[in-house]
Amino acid sequence: MALFNRTPVAPLEYTRKAWMRGWVGATMFFLYAPLLILMVFSFNDSKRNVVWRGFTLKYYEKAMENDSLVEAMVNSLTIAGLATVFSLVLGALAAVMLWRFRFPLKGAVEGTMSLPIIVPEICLGVAFLIFFAKIEWPTDLPWPLNLSAITIAHITFCFPFVAMVVRSRLESFNREEEEAAKDLGASEWQTFRDILLPHMKPGLIAGALLAFTLSLDDFVITFFTSGPDTITFPVKVYSMVRFSVTPEVNAASTILIILTIVLTAVALKLQGVKAIAETH
Amino acid sequence: MAGLVQDWKAHKRPFAAIAGAPLFWLLLFFLVPMAIVWLYSFGENAGPADIAISGTLDNYKRATEWLYLSIFLKSLAVAALVTLICLIIGFPVAMAITFATPKWRPWLLLGIMLPFWTNLLVRTYALMVLMGTNGYANMGLGALWDGTSWLRVAVGMQPLEAWTPVQLLYNNFAVVLGLVYVHLPFMVLPLYAALDRLDKSLIEASLDLGAGHLRTLMKIVVPLAGPGILAGVMITLIPALGAYLTPDLMGGTESQMIANVIERQFKRANDWPFGAALSFLLIYAMFILIALQSMRRDKGREAH
Repeated sequence: MALFNRTPVAPLEYTRKAWMRGWVGATMFFLYAPLLILMVFSFNDSKRNVVWRGFTLKYYEKAMENDSLVEAMVNSLTIAGLATVFSLVLGALAAVMLWRFRFPLKGAVEGTMSLPIIVPEICLGVAFLIFFAKIEWPTDLPWPLNLSAITIAHITFCFPFVAMVVRSRLESFNREEEEAAKDLGASEWQTFRDILLPHMKPGLIAGALLAFTLSLDDFVITFFTSGPDTITFPVKVYSMVRFSVTPEVNAASTILIILTIVLTAVALKLQGVKAIAETH
Repeated sequence: MAGLVQDWKAHKRPFAAIAGAPLFWLLLFFLVPMAIVWLYSFGENAGPADIAISGTLDNYKRATEWLYLSIFLKSLAVAALVTLICLIIGFPVAMAITFATPKWRPWLLLGIMLPFWTNLLVRTYALMVLMGTNGYANMGLGALWDGTSWLRVAVGMQPLEAWTPVQLLYNNFAVVLGLVYVHLPFMVLPLYAALDRLDKSLIEASLDLGAGHLRTLMKIVVPLAGPGILAGVMITLIPALGAYLTPDLMGGTESQMIANVIERQFKRANDWPFGAALSFLLIYAMFILIALQSMRRDKGREAH
């Protein structure tokens, strides 16, 4: 009941000033209104979007019957899953490498590692298009091998993010624990498995969620690497939006929004709100 | 943080085991593709599916023609405008989150982060539905129009003519609005991170000593949070400059940005060398922006 709290407003309690509350409220409205309207009207029994004509699930049924849409969703989830696993391994190794060793050209390696994050998506997409055309990467492989080009592209832009998150976690590691383990007779591998890995775990979870979301979210890079048989969900939605707006898109989008909320809830459950905030 | 960095020479085997895979990946699937694009930018079309790397600079020469230069400058202007709007909207929000009660803060942060995690295409599409000629934005404007018309009748003036839905999409306005919508969380999160690190007693001291809120903001908060604000600006400016999806879906023919021109070279126009040159010009622009940022940051450090 903060609204009816009558204690005087302290100088730093900006959040209790009316205009500040109004500003935050308006911003949240701006961010959420389009998404909420989209979600609500995906249940609307009308082709036109504005007028409510009663609850229906028929567009969900239609979306589920749309084989190419379902296939695109399965492709997207497969790619995201594979990309997450590989990015996690590569990112964790890269983080340990940069944290633990001194080696020649370390600054250059660090800089190069952050490039896939900085380089505009369109340039990365173009680079993969040319690269896979140049090395004549086979395009007629059976599923799921035909997704390999997209997966490789996704791993390339996901693993530097994982490395960044894991490395910031490693900064808080106490090296003495490692030395103690070695003094007590643990091998290099045992030390890694039993001491370093448990410490890295929160970073790995955050990195995995980040990689999964980034991969699932990506349109531009996939747009350049996908072929006619390897459509992902964003590419499919793009062509649906571009060429014919159907209410099925609302239903499919709602499913994806809900998936995002579920993933965020999982992250919350695993880490708490604060930890997630700090990884971004 | 027992800073015990090992030298790779003393631990060659663990180093190879750890560094091998990520370095290999980075080389093969990032540096090599980028190098090929770079080489292509000095090439020319030798046949329908054949590109000869002849070392020509024609692609770059063509990129500096006014047609392409103007699109480049326009993209920069649009990205700068979007960043400015995001900063104006985002700064008070970041302030509010920083000074929120511990109970509220995580939820406000989550409120900003959830859209950040939501699919970009879905968010753009949601905004398009809202802004379409049958959408709520038009209905709201229509209601306003009718209200004005009714007021005019009430005070004895001629009523306005009937409301016709306006085209809110497919123009520059839609592109700027769409980019602000998409990039706002990018701005708020680093701003919050910077403001959160601020020593709040300094703000209190400034207020106690008689400075107003605005003066405190300009003299204390902004200089101290400067690097964070700069980081927020860069994190918004760089993706906005390279934006493809929003101008493609929400823009009209004259609101295309540089990324759309690049895409066209690879799909419809089929002029890969020219597209490669444009890509690298965009990357160079990013590098210049980042270099400017780190120069400012170093200067700031010297001053303290």
